[in-house]
Amino acid sequence: MTTKQFMIVNRKAPYGTIYGWEALEVVLIAAAFEQDVSMAFLDDGVYQIKKGHQTKGIEIKAFEKTFRALEDYDVTKIYVDQESLTERGLTADDLTIPVEVLSRAEIGKRMEEQDIVLAF
Amino acid sequence: MKFAILVSEGPYTHQATDTAFLFAQAVLAKGHEIFRVFFYHDGVYNATRLTTPPQDDRNIVKRWTELAKANNLDMVVCVAAAQRRGIVDDGEMQRNGKDATNLAEPFRISGLGQLIEAGIQADRLVVFGD
Repeated sequence: MTTKQFMIVNRKAPYGTIYGWEALEVVLIAAAFEQDVSMAFLDDGVYQIKKGHQTKGIEIKAFEKTFRALEDYDVTKIYVDQESLTERGLTADDLTIPVEVLSRAEIGKRMEEQDIVLAF
Repeated sequence: MKFAILVSEGPYTHQATDTAFLFAQAVLAKGHEIFRVFFYHDGVYNATRLTTPPQDDRNIVKRWTELAKANNLDMVVCVAAAQRRGIVDDGEMQRNGKDATNLAEPFRISGLGQLIEAGIQADRLVVFGD
């Protein structure tokens, strides 16, 4: 099968809307199709991978655990926008998975290298 | 050029579906090919034939149906997104014990793999979302 570079870009907070969860489903399927998959987290999207999701109060299933399974699917290229972290008082230590923290310009460069960018 | 289109917002709520439709029309008018149109998130609501907009408004579902039939387009609705939002064909009705269907022609319900395949096969996958 042809392999293409797919980047899934997450811009929205994890609950509130379904985008984060349904984007993660795309990541898992793309990985199952043995594509070269990466993820980028920008803006409120960085909250998706913040440690310690507590969703009992809003009666929605938490999906923090699924991020930790990404490694089993060989999805290890996880890019996080430095400015988005800083704006929200976060650092890489607050995140639930190992990531590569990049400047906006560097993330832009990675996007340029992709065959397909799916932004959610 | 071979295009694939992803529609990830609902009709009437968001302009993404209108723009996707107009883009698809323009692509075909220029003599290009559309490998597939894939509907995800609330985009699956583009595929309910029960949509009844006021008479002086555009009928988004009917418009897709006509374009797809005239150009033999492959219109695919994500099964997981459809199940959550109550978009049902005969197969889904039987599998999940429902009492009705609402999928418009010629849409079909299938897996997310169809989106990935569209990305692989097309020269460009164009996303219409928020």
